[in-house]
Amino acid sequence: MSVRTLPVTRGGIGESVPRVDAVPKAKGTFLFASDLWAEDMLWGFTVRSPHPHARIRSIDVSGALAHPGVRAVLLAGDVPGRKTYGLEFADQPVLAWDRVRYAGEPVAIGAAEDPETARRAGERIVVDYEVLPAVTDMAQALRADAPRVHDFGNVLRHVHIVHGDPDAPADVWVEGYYETAVQDQAPLGPEAGLAIPAPDGGVDLYVATQWLHVDRQQIAPCLGLPAHKVRLHLAGVGGAFGAREDLSMQIHASLLALRTGRPVKIAYGREESFLGHVHRHPARIWMRHGARRDGTLVCVRARILVDGGAYASSSAAVIGNASTFACGPYEVPNALVDGTAVYTHNPPCGAMRGFGAVQVCFAHEAQMDRLARALGRDPVELRLRNALRTSSVLPTGQVVRGSAPVAAVIRRCAALPLPPEAPPAGRGDPRAYPGGCGNVSRGERLRRGVGFAVGYKNIAYSEGFDDASAARVRLRADAAGPIAEVRSAAAEVGQGIHTILAQIARTELGVERVAILPPDTGVGSAGSTSASRQTMMSGGAVQAACAAVREALFARVRRSLARPRGELRLAGGLVLLDGEPVGPIAAFLDEPVEAERVYHHRPTRPLDARGQGEPHAAFAFAAERAVVEVDEELGLVRVVQIAAAQDVGRALHPQSVQGQIEGGTAQGLGLALMEELQLRDGRIRNASFTDYLIPTIADMPPVVSALVEEPEPGAPYGAKGVGEPATIVATAAIVAALRDATGRELNRVPVRPDDLAGLAPPVAPVAPPPPPPQGSGPEPVPWAHGLATGQHELLQEPAHEGAGEDPRPWERTRGGTGS
Amino acid sequence: MRVRVRVNGAWRTAEVWPGASLLALLRDALGLCGSKNACEQGECGSCSVWLDGELVCACLVLAAQADGREVRTVEGLTTGEDLHPVQRAFVEAGAVQCGFCTPGFVVAVVDLLSRDPDPDEPRIREALSGNLCRCTGYQKILDAVRLAASKLGGSSP
Ligand code: FES
Ligand code: FES
Repeated sequence: MSVRTLPVTRGGIGESVPRVDAVPKAKGTFLFASDLWAEDMLWGFTVRSPHPHARIRSIDVSGALAHPGVRAVLLAGDVPGRKTYGLEFADQPVLAWDRVRYAGEPVAIGAAEDPETARRAGERIVVDYEVLPAVTDMAQALRADAPRVHDFGNVLRHVHIVHGDPDAPADVWVEGYYETAVQDQAPLGPEAGLAIPAPDGGVDLYVATQWLHVDRQQIAPCLGLPAHKVRLHLAGVGGAFGAREDLSMQIHASLLALRTGRPVKIAYGREESFLGHVHRHPARIWMRHGARRDGTLVCVRARILVDGGAYASSSAAVIGNASTFACGPYEVPNALVDGTAVYTHNPPCGAMRGFGAVQVCFAHEAQMDRLARALGRDPVELRLRNALRTSSVLPTGQVVRGSAPVAAVIRRCAALPLPPEAPPAGRGDPRAYPGGCGNVSRGERLRRGVGFAVGYKNIAYSEGFDDASAARVRLRADAAGPIAEVRSAAAEVGQGIHTILAQIARTELGVERVAILPPDTGVGSAGSTSASRQTMMSGGAVQAACAAVREALFARVRRSLARPRGELRLAGGLVLLDGEPVGPIAAFLDEPVEAERVYHHRPTRPLDARGQGEPHAAFAFAAERAVVEVDEELGLVRVVQIAAAQDVGRALHPQSVQGQIEGGTAQGLGLALMEELQLRDGRIRNASFTDYLIPTIADMPPVVSALVEEPEPGAPYGAKGVGEPATIVATAAIVAALRDATGRELNRVPVRPDDLAGLAPPVAPVAPPPPPPQGSGPEPVPWAHGLATGQHELLQEPAHEGAGEDPRPWERTRGGTGS
Repeated sequence: MRVRVRVNGAWRTAEVWPGASLLALLRDALGLCGSKNACEQGECGSCSVWLDGELVCACLVLAAQADGREVRTVEGLTTGEDLHPVQRAFVEAGAVQCGFCTPGFVVAVVDLLSRDPDPDEPRIREALSGNLCRCTGYQKILDAVRLAASKLGGSSP
């Protein structure tokens, strides 16, 4: 008698396996970019403008060059290739010449024998500036008499969306004005990298980034080198959150390495990190919501202004997102949305987790609560009544085709257990009062409040951008059995994509040993680790490459079988024919099998002049309920609990999904309560962890999360990206709870103690909403000026040597419609 | 200037600038990069080490102050492939994301559990409030501390 147990492959998708990189990270042996070291290495430094807007009259580098131990100082004239770069538009100088446009802009770089010499040498470079009038207010920037940041003006992009009849009558209208501050990603690992000159005249750059190939696309032209001579390798990344989408020290270190012929490391300290990366856009938002008596939304009108700072970065895409998500995850039959991103002389803003959706979620959720109050309805019920679902039409005319379990997300969140009631005044643990033991009160004026918010986010790039991901998989055998090698350029930034890719390879190939090879530009582009896209995109590429490997292996197996018909499967290291083992996988691997595939998401279409199109590939939704306690006398807050429900399609690694929800919530809590990069006259005033506060373990409440799993059609395993939705809703939910506790309007984040204690009135707009700028849109303005960098070209790169048995390595594997 | 420090049991000598921090000594002169440098201002705890058995931020101690004294870093917790029970708990609980904060947290948690083998939640939060993590939201770090405390069974690590 035999009991047959089907072989299983351990460590596949759906299991919360230990992360592939957790052990070295816990031991402290994992090398981050700032830990890199090379024999004979120099330390690079950067001299930055102290002025938001000035003309450079002259730069005297003689003092620095005379300093012992200084090996090079470079200025704009030393940049051998293109003088400007940029993620979407090349409007940012590698080193400023003639003019500086923000305080913190690099004007000179150098390299010295040790970090201390480098610091002192930087202080000896004398720049003579003629200070010019600066525009540092986003509304001022739109005035005709404002100083111009660029020759072509201060409008970066204007998005205009008209849907249905924006003048449709409604029974009830509510109106509000909202502001969000500048938030910083504040990844714990500062920007760093090591550039090593190569014998072929090129450079090898080891760097912490979110997208190796787009970095190279910007770096190589500035170095005056062909792309193949600029080889990028991913160094350990200490968090990213959007801060590493733009270049920081990449070109500078490469220039210095090429000039000195020695390895050059640049590692920012915390203060320079605040100056050296883009931030979350501050926003001013005016909204009007109209509804019928029964609570059905009739119309939303929104005017959005975001400050892009001195250079474009990803502002055009951010305002595209803010505008297309302005109405929230609701069915809105009539809408008028005008969103403008402007240039100012403030430090550049760009990508941060949530990417434009955070700011508008804060506004549209406040509006939904206002509407509920005006109608005398329950705020959760009002959201349910208007919730988007599959087949809903968005204000852009886009039909929601994928899964959209908005109602399920709202219900699951609302049903999560509430925390225990607050103890009576004076009875609680003093450590649990807002402000902790330092609180001078004993809970006499404690008010509890509950708030709710729903939001959503696009997954992957939008508006016609084909951000494909390539991956190569090789299945081979050694003495220990079969092993799958996964080669992908996807940047692991802490979110866990390498673990997910290993799980996918296990599931698809039935082997437990998987090696994730170091990401570099020697394989095709994986696209960016942003927009919650890598699980879907690089996951899809690895799944497709594994499928191709499997088919090639099966062809081999069938050739060796007497009875080759039947269903072949791989599991537990075995090849199975109709469920019966025919031999170990390794037995068919005298020769390795290899395949490379490229995954494309469902195509999207750009917006037209009326904001109509099909801008987004897929959506992920989340709801959070916050419970807070406010000490009304002191204006202090303790968040008691966050309940979160998130639409994840399918959880490939449940523990990591929860980790993303918890970590994303922490960043949303930061924006709600404490995080603000303070600018005065264009200068950052709090560039340190002493003055820019991020949540500590004492600030974070327990996060209770529920995963809503409704598979996304066409996506690998139905999984959706999970990184951003929690950040988007957390801020809105927490402020809603603060309003519930205090009855105050609280229309600006972060909320300050003064706002809660009633010492400061709600913010009011200094002027009415500016009219839409003339003659721009829907294309970003720098586009018309020929500054586009053409990221699409990344996909036209030649196929790579060694693409294995795949005859058409660039054959498209398209997701979405499943065709 | 020349400093001589006993690091993880072995005497090490290095030439450093008089203003150099203990963190710079460890990372740049001795190549011990397990201690991280997220702020160099005493705000983040990523550089946590023991100086004569006392938990300190290595960025706030001058290398010169450590001269002739005993320093223990995250690298000194285990040898070879072994994991300290606190490190294992971080791995199992999912408390590691980017990992930049992890060595500092591990050191702080080992220190906490050596003094209080069974800390309650407010105690854990208080003890770790000097360590910043930007990725995890701290929930799984709390889980890891509880897991480590139970693994260690109250015996000092
Ligand atoms: S680097 Fe020492 S506390 Fe942050
Ligand atoms: S895991 Fe990234 S900072 Fe803690």
